[in-house]
Amino acid sequence: MKESLKAALHGMRQIIGVTVILMLVCGLVFPCLLTGLSALIFPRQAGGNLLTIDGQTVGAEYVGQEFTEDYYMWSRPSAYHYNVYLEDADGKRYYHDGTEFPGIGSGSNNYAATNPALSQRVEADIEAFLAKNPTVKREDIPTDLLTASGSGLDPHISPASAEIQIPRIAEASGLTEAEIRDIVTANTQGKMLGVFGEETVNVLKVNIEIAQRMGIL
Amino acid sequence: MLQIALTILIYLILVIPVGVYVYHVAAGKHTFADPVLNRVDGAMYKICGINPQSSMNWKKYAVSLVVTNGVMMLLGYAVLRIQSVGLFNPNGIGSMEESLSFNTVISFITNTNLQHYSGESGLSYLSQMLVIIFMMFVSAASGYAACVAFIRGLAGKTKDNVGNFFADLIRITTRVLLPFSIAGGLLLVWQGVPQNFSGNVVVDTIEGAKQVIAMGPVAALEIIKHFGTNGGGFLGANSATPIENPTILTNLLELYAMMLLPGACVIVFGKMVRDRKGELAHASVPDGSGAAAFNMKAPRSLTVWMYGREGRSIFAAMGILFLIGLGICFWAESQGNPALAHIGLSQSMGSMEGKEVRFGVAQSSLFTTVTTSFTTGTVNNMHDTLTPLGGMIPMLHMMLNVVFGGKGVGLMNMITYAILAVFICGLMIGRTPEYLGKKIEGREMKLAALCIIIHPLLILAFSALAVCTQAGLAGITNPGYHGLSQVLYEFASAAANNGSGFEGLADNTLFWNITTGIVMFFGRYLSMVLQLAIAGSLMKKRFVSESAGTLHTDTVSFAVILVFVVYIFAALTFFPVLALGPVSEHLTLWA
Repeated sequence: MKESLKAALHGMRQIIGVTVILMLVCGLVFPCLLTGLSALIFPRQAGGNLLTIDGQTVGAEYVGQEFTEDYYMWSRPSAYHYNVYLEDADGKRYYHDGTEFPGIGSGSNNYAATNPALSQRVEADIEAFLAKNPTVKREDIPTDLLTASGSGLDPHISPASAEIQIPRIAEASGLTEAEIRDIVTANTQGKMLGVFGEETVNVLKVNIEIAQRMGIL
Repeated sequence: MLQIALTILIYLILVIPVGVYVYHVAAGKHTFADPVLNRVDGAMYKICGINPQSSMNWKKYAVSLVVTNGVMMLLGYAVLRIQSVGLFNPNGIGSMEESLSFNTVISFITNTNLQHYSGESGLSYLSQMLVIIFMMFVSAASGYAACVAFIRGLAGKTKDNVGNFFADLIRITTRVLLPFSIAGGLLLVWQGVPQNFSGNVVVDTIEGAKQVIAMGPVAALEIIKHFGTNGGGFLGANSATPIENPTILTNLLELYAMMLLPGACVIVFGKMVRDRKGELAHASVPDGSGAAAFNMKAPRSLTVWMYGREGRSIFAAMGILFLIGLGICFWAESQGNPALAHIGLSQSMGSMEGKEVRFGVAQSSLFTTVTTSFTTGTVNNMHDTLTPLGGMIPMLHMMLNVVFGGKGVGLMNMITYAILAVFICGLMIGRTPEYLGKKIEGREMKLAALCIIIHPLLILAFSALAVCTQAGLAGITNPGYHGLSQVLYEFASAAANNGSGFEGLADNTLFWNITTGIVMFFGRYLSMVLQLAIAGSLMKKRFVSESAGTLHTDTVSFAVILVFVVYIFAALTFFPVLALGPVSEHLTLWA
């Protein structure tokens, strides 16, 4: 009896000991160690790759933003509007389209391929896009531009989606198409080693350059 | 296409050295890091009063595992309930509600990582570290420990010693998971994954609006999430977010991180079982010619040297299943969505709804197939928005639960199917079935059958319950056949301890928190204990000598038989419900 009690107690000591020590090592020492090392070796990345213009932080390199002005390049639709919101005088926070901003989030609408709501959203977006881009033909709109990303924070569009927006941007911004095309090319990332991934255009970086050329930043 | 093939090729090369290293750790052999890590382990053993040499039989091992996991769960639950305290909580997150906390601790200790909360708003940094990251390490280590014990049982060096659970748990954590995570974590930060303790940043955009950007110890969670085949994201949208997965290189790193250790497990199995065969061959042929013949034979095949004889056929079977699934998923996604083509949106890039531009259809379908085959559950695109057949593949692979599988348990499940396969073959050729030199008899078959039946029972019974009750139906957010798919996916994910979801499902309700909690718990521990029981029962038996009638399990044909057995059982159990969900949806979409 006494022996078995002793064995059980010893077993419990091992279990609790192992739990506590692993919790501290894995849950506290490891993340703190990694934070320290990252801050030393890669301070910019560890801090979230924030983009700063004249001392003012305007966004993060890898987090997309919603753009509404005609002279800026537009991102893909997002269920969370890229967590971009406006604040009125009494502190009420709302998205560009007027709906309430519920706080930081990420994700998509999670519409199944067969969901009629998906077709309705895309249909409405196509109409809106064609109205603002009269030179573009419906069948030339690239797939990625009017489908929502998985994260709702996609910083990229495809080069084709950038290309079809250039006439609109040129007209609204007063820059030449060639100038804008240069900006797009400068912010286009090719496939890794020419094979892996896809070609991408970073929308925020393009727009920062457009704003700088226009002299409004 | 090319990038998928190259990604897999690189994997096949990388998995060998990792497998060899893990084998050295599992078998207690010498590794290069021993001088440092022996001291670390020694200190831990001392503090906890563990004698690493003391042996356990399978029952004691299983009890230690379950009770230890239970204690970890209680501690984790406590932290979640008090997370609103000021420690590591710059965003002022409140405490988590009871049923959600219950679901979350079970979800993470069982290596499932089904998330009914959203990381941005649901967890403080303290919980992300002390609960989530901690459990990501120990649940992976527990699964691996169980698998190593299982293999020791099958290799049958002793009659009842399957190792010491606590020593296995610590060794795997300090020698495999921690060093890999530190190195991999730094690589992720280098590529742009944040790792800090600051609160979310609010910036003024160039359009004059505001944007809030998530911060936190993301890289630390991100790396163990994949190495441990855990899968729960720091943020709601998981590895689809450019914060967790900013570049194609991080995507590849995360892919390899989740594929390496489950693949290595098969190599460990192959090598540990080969050990015995090697020793046996040397012992049984004392004369020089026999030993020479054995030595001549051994280096003949490169794949045998790499995976071990028995490991090779298991790896091949898993590989065939994986490639078939990947092919279908990639093809289905490349076809695009005819409903969108109908309203005039070009589908030349494939189905891009719910996918990121930097990954495209190729890397997205690869990630989707990998995350459900290796039961990680991390996603780089939204599975709910996959095309019907593209979404059926991840569901099917979780239902099979043997295509590599998570830390260790996938191999254990596959061995269970292997036992079933030799049994069926044995019946056909009229011989007593044998596997790894042991007779398969009534007791093992009963346990194996029970093991195989639990998984579909949990998925189908609970899905039926959900579609019969108002509380269950309330979670469905997509109309038509896809609604059933959402329910099925959720329970398949819970039972397979995967953790990905058709995220549209509104699952943070009492019904879904409790039911999936139960499914995850039984899906994990019932099969684990049963499988350890099989190993315990096999190790007591004598080795039978090979005869002309022995069915060889180290051949290509056995791998093919294994694939068929797996598919036949899946078809028998899941085909009706798949026909009602994804297949019907596909037919209506393309009609």
